[in-house]
Amino acid sequence: MITVKNLTKAYRDKKALNDISVTFPAGKTTAIVGPSGSGKSTLLHSLNLLTRPTAGSMTVDDIAVDFSQEIARSKVLEVRKQFGMVFQEKALFTHLTVLKNLTEGPIKVRKMSKAAAEEKANALLQEFNMTELANRYPYQLSGGQQQRVAILRALAMDPKYLLLDEPTSALDPELEAQVLRVLKKLAESETSMIVVTHNMTFAQKVADQIVFIDDGQLAFQGSTQDFFSSSEKRIEQFLGAMSF
Amino acid sequence: MTDFFNLAKEYVPELFRAAFQYTLPLTIISFALGLFFAVGTALIRSARLPQNEWAAAALQIVKGIAAFYVWLFRSTPLIVQLFIVFYGLPNAHIALFQSAWISAITVFSLNTGAYASESIRAAISSVPDVQKEAAQSLGMTGSQVYWNVVLPQAARISIPPLSNSLIGLLKDTSLASVITIVEMFYLSQQIAATNYKVLSMYILVALVYAFFTSILAIGQHYLEQYTSRFAQ
Repeated sequence: MITVKNLTKAYRDKKALNDISVTFPAGKTTAIVGPSGSGKSTLLHSLNLLTRPTAGSMTVDDIAVDFSQEIARSKVLEVRKQFGMVFQEKALFTHLTVLKNLTEGPIKVRKMSKAAAEEKANALLQEFNMTELANRYPYQLSGGQQQRVAILRALAMDPKYLLLDEPTSALDPELEAQVLRVLKKLAESETSMIVVTHNMTFAQKVADQIVFIDDGQLAFQGSTQDFFSSSEKRIEQFLGAMSF
Repeated sequence: MTDFFNLAKEYVPELFRAAFQYTLPLTIISFALGLFFAVGTALIRSARLPQNEWAAAALQIVKGIAAFYVWLFRSTPLIVQLFIVFYGLPNAHIALFQSAWISAITVFSLNTGAYASESIRAAISSVPDVQKEAAQSLGMTGSQVYWNVVLPQAARISIPPLSNSLIGLLKDTSLASVITIVEMFYLSQQIAATNYKVLSMYILVALVYAFFTSILAIGQHYLEQYTSRFAQ
């Protein structure tokens, strides 16, 4: 479980996130939703310390991090090893084939042997029906394929938590569906996932928990059902703005 | 015209010998060292300041030195740099060496390094941030991010400008003649002074330079083709 307490990210003249306290249970899928620019990506990037919050603290299982102090480099790396991350787009290593994208982390960071890393990568490609992509370069893949490979690259590190930052927002609907099917499969196998998404249908179908961020504040944390049936004004407004 | 061919037959082997003895070694050694300075300088200048105040202050000073180095070598003529190092410093008793070779390699490598560092710095900053973030998210350390992700991608982008530097350097080694090195151009001057075929000799040496720089340009073409296998 990840417990975030009083997380604040302040820039010189404004607070991107203000006093957020939230928990992400293991084995569940949490969708972080909210209007554009509300701070949901900043929250996600704070979890694996790609963004450094300016105040607050968190625990990732048994690792405690105090944001108000300088975080030792070794601790940053330790925290990052708990997470795999999938970005919005164009984050596959462009100079490496799909197979090498999947083995780069295990070999360089986990110090696995090349053979073991490749075996693992091939197993993942097989499990998700992507073996034919192994020797292609990222530019030779469709957007949907790129994102699915990016998910496998994260999984190849055996992360405890999978972070996804709007993984489908750059995709056409049919490509989006390919990626969402993979995420659904992962959710069903109780992968711990935290997904920033604009896709409310996906959130409603797949997420166990919703975290709603509005203007840098935590506006809701609770079950998916409670969120979508909420009569709270801010949530109704947000959901209303998302439909047409 | 037959005169020219006869001249070529007679002197091209000598010019090639000078090329292999002086021009090419000067170019290759200076470029290799220059590349080393360039990568170091580019990495320093594009490094982000760490959170720790003391480390940030130290890096700021090193960045200042790197910027000064680039400014110094880009803002003064190469020939003046050669004169200062080979004639000036020994005259003031502050040179540790008085070898024309070492002077030439020192100046050429530092000069090329200053220009090439800007090419590499531009290439590094053109690698999208998300590539670095992706590498960091895998748990790579700062240097792993650079060696495994940023530099390989920056290398491809910097091939055309670095080829410019290399070709420029090969031609600039002709300036070593002013510090007594009898490289290809100096040799052609000496020959012209004895046989009075001034125009023909200089055209001949120009063609020999063009021959070597063309080989480099062809090499650049194949290198670009090879490295663009992973880009549109």
